[in-house]
Amino acid sequence: MAQAIERFVPDGATIALGLALEPLIPFAAGHEIIRQQRRDLELVGPISDALFDQLIGAGCVRRVTAAWVGNVSEGLGHCYRRACEQEVPHALEVHDHSNFSISLALWAAAWNVPSLPTRTLLGSDILRTNPDLSVADGLVQVKAVRPDVAIVHVQRADELGRAHAWGPLGVSEEAGLASGRIVISCEELVDASVTLSDPNRILFPETKVAAVVPEPGGAHPSPVQGFFKRDHAFHRDYAERSRTVEGFEGWLRQWVLDVPDRAEYLKQIDPDALRIKHHRPSVPADFGDE
Amino acid sequence: MSESYTPQELMVAVAAREIRDGDVVFVGMRLPILAYAVARNSHAPEARGLFEVGLMRDQPASAFLGTMGDPPNVAGALWATRMSNAMALMAQGEVDLGFIGGAEVDRFGNLNTSYVGDPRRPEVKLPGSGGGADISILSRRWVTLMSHEPRRLVEKVSFVTSPGYGDGSPGWRKRNGLLGGGPVAIITTLGVLRFPEGGGEAYLASVHPGHTVDEVAAYTGWSLQVSDAVSETSAPTESELASIRRFDPEGFWTRS
Repeated sequence: MAQAIERFVPDGATIALGLALEPLIPFAAGHEIIRQQRRDLELVGPISDALFDQLIGAGCVRRVTAAWVGNVSEGLGHCYRRACEQEVPHALEVHDHSNFSISLALWAAAWNVPSLPTRTLLGSDILRTNPDLSVADGLVQVKAVRPDVAIVHVQRADELGRAHAWGPLGVSEEAGLASGRIVISCEELVDASVTLSDPNRILFPETKVAAVVPEPGGAHPSPVQGFFKRDHAFHRDYAERSRTVEGFEGWLRQWVLDVPDRAEYLKQIDPDALRIKHHRPSVPADFGDE
Repeated sequence: MSESYTPQELMVAVAAREIRDGDVVFVGMRLPILAYAVARNSHAPEARGLFEVGLMRDQPASAFLGTMGDPPNVAGALWATRMSNAMALMAQGEVDLGFIGGAEVDRFGNLNTSYVGDPRRPEVKLPGSGGGADISILSRRWVTLMSHEPRRLVEKVSFVTSPGYGDGSPGWRKRNGLLGGGPVAIITTLGVLRFPEGGGEAYLASVHPGHTVDEVAAYTGWSLQVSDAVSETSAPTESELASIRRFDPEGFWTRS
């Protein structure tokens, strides 16, 4: 992970992450970005649960282009509030979207057009504060958003970048296609015979994928279908401790700065308590051809 | 009343009654997740739930949900897909009812979930729209739930994240190109506000048991219209409470 972040997430980059909304959030990658002290990043995503709040609090972020920044089960994002209200740790530029419009901004970039029209956001003040939105002929034009890199956590991938993800996908597909390159982290690194057995489930063209990082538990505390439940208590603890700058800094030391990698991080929790034990495999599809 | 209940449990029961059988419901987060489960288990067995994360369900999830993307909401889904597909249905007017949470609302049902104060230097930065603005504009009708406080039910919202009836003038939504019909109810901790057919200004339709019209008016930041037929909100039934407690066994949403 350290290598992938070092190589593909430079200072000033525009990065898309947390693209399946509440599940499959690449927290391990986000924490590595914090450890490497990246600066002036633009974060792109619909919701990302508490990950955006953590990156903002750690001082990595110049601009947020998102529909929602907070803590999904707990409410407000305290680092996000401090950045917008008090410029702590520094000022933050916000490009507000709705979930639908951020998806369209990414589809526009994926399809290589300047913008896409929609009926959503008509009548909303979001049109007044986001310079990437305008009204023409009774429709809202959503300007393309083109991230440098999308970081996506999935259930399994092979070493050539064919990633299988299942469950709801949010804006993962359009964000991957819109981005210059894609970094994958996965619960399981599998043989190509597994991924190629079901090409419909491959999330991205392998030509876009720059790195595959096996990172079991890399989405904690967000859920991974078939692998891990969401850790609600962890989100509550973060919400409480991040209310003050000192509390947040203590949290950050414990879970990010004083931890070399995800394997050490996982020693501080009980992964087995969160592991999904009742499996519901799908019936394989038959790709027979003659 | 044989059993006590919390204000949140009453809000869930009232929200569930807004769901009609056969509705496609854009469910959202928190209390509406429970409202959907209650409705499915009582008067709306043919309702379907649509979740912006990219899910459609019929049966409510079999275990507690902290978010709409939790594994129990995916297992047994009718459709697991991308967000833009869920939005496609709403953009076609095929979502009958949506739920939106709000921090501030005004008399015309305009919701703010973005900024309190000047957006350039806000007093409070709220999390933002999520799918709220999309639901407010595109769903056929929608309902919001919030705690009834003067700082939340305000004369004028600082920022319209999710438009209701705009300036309240007749035909405001149509004139501005908004596809859906707009808000039908504001369900609060003290009562239920409704809107006239075709939109306009909210009026007090019912007051929750144990509260008075004067109290509701005092906690409202504008001069509240009161229906001539204002009634007492029906308390949650035993079966509604049983459903709520089954899907929120620890009281994560309804007892904290």
